[in-house]
Amino acid sequence: MTAALAPVPVARRVEHVMGMPISLALRGRHTDDDEAGAAWAAVLASLRETDRVFSTYRPDSVVSAIRRGELALADAPDEVGEVLAIGARAERATDGAFSVWRPELDPSGVVKGWAVERAAAALRALPGTDFCLSAGGDMVCRATHGEPWRVGIEDPHDPTRVLAVVEIRDGAVATSGTAHRGAHLVDARTGAAPDTVAQVTVVARSLTDADVDATAAYALGVKAAEWLGHRVGRSGLVVWADGTTTTVGR
Amino acid sequence: MLPAGLDRGARRIALWGLTTVSTLVLLFSYRTSTSSVLPAAAGTPSTGTTGTSAAPSTTSSSGSTTSTSTAKSSTSTYTGTVTGTAADTRWGPVQVKVTLASGKITAVDVVQEPDSNGRDREINADAVPQLVQETLQAQSARIDMVSGATYTSDGYVQSLQSALDQAGVA
Repeated sequence: MTAALAPVPVARRVEHVMGMPISLALRGRHTDDDEAGAAWAAVLASLRETDRVFSTYRPDSVVSAIRRGELALADAPDEVGEVLAIGARAERATDGAFSVWRPELDPSGVVKGWAVERAAAALRALPGTDFCLSAGGDMVCRATHGEPWRVGIEDPHDPTRVLAVVEIRDGAVATSGTAHRGAHLVDARTGAAPDTVAQVTVVARSLTDADVDATAAYALGVKAAEWLGHRVGRSGLVVWADGTTTTVGR
Repeated sequence: MLPAGLDRGARRIALWGLTTVSTLVLLFSYRTSTSSVLPAAAGTPSTGTTGTSAAPSTTSSSGSTTSTSTAKSSTSTYTGTVTGTAADTRWGPVQVKVTLASGKITAVDVVQEPDSNGRDREINADAVPQLVQETLQAQSARIDMVSGATYTSDGYVQSLQSALDQAGVA
């Protein structure tokens, strides 16, 4: 190994929102000052606002009201339509394996990436500052001033190890699998949880896309890598149940 | 913070080298070997000059075309947003919204785009994960963040990301 250059200090913050750890790494001009603090507060406020609208756990959320039939989709806030449109696109792209209607409205598979991408706007506005913002293992990163961020991809069979590293300059990484939450991802057409694929990681320009495609590829099971390979502007890593891996991309 | 409504869902394409603009050409380049030029009409009060913009870090971009606008004035001080007409490409319709401040383009957002199968998103398509199979403790590869199957707050405590965060906070 070659010796690393003197490491640039990285300031980190963690907060828990929506039952998920939100981790932020900052590097550059604004890491520990008032501007950084204000941006971090804006990120958290944005995520909490998303939760108020989209949570399937909170009875007072907009999505819960839609589920109960108390609110028509047409009367829902614009963000709801925006998220459902993303879900509809993914449903078409996967021939229905991915759906936000399974069997009732559940936009969770779309909301997270979209919400984090949106929340990161506050960080993009920090001049001279690189950031990497992760929500429960899915992240959006920008490194326009320093070295690319190096994102490790966890081994689903041994969470103390990383299987791979991907360098991100301006983009997103999302990973779907069952390592930490049990079998919550299913093929919407059959209701069955894929048993051939253990984890799918997708690298894309935006976390909205990366998150949806990781979830969708996972739902496709044995076809995960093949499908992902046909997605333009994506690369990634599929870890199979037997521990073997397939790298997708050039 | 970006103004609400300017960012959501839309792709932001950074521009530089633009001064006066009333006509705009967006150059997209596609991984599928041929680079393609999308004329995106942005008819505004206008000048006869041509702005040329290129998407950042594309592998190839060349050529430019102009969409004509009618007017004759030589400078524009237009401030506001203009949405172009949708241009049909072989990947599907593309439509852009241009934000101008005193005649200068400050942002271009793609408000309509083909389903992603057809469009190259440049950049991180090249960022293919490299297998390393190392523990974080080995320190032989610098790692800034960890991507894993959704950590809950409960599971986070044992995660590599947790270790990284603590290292940074200490």
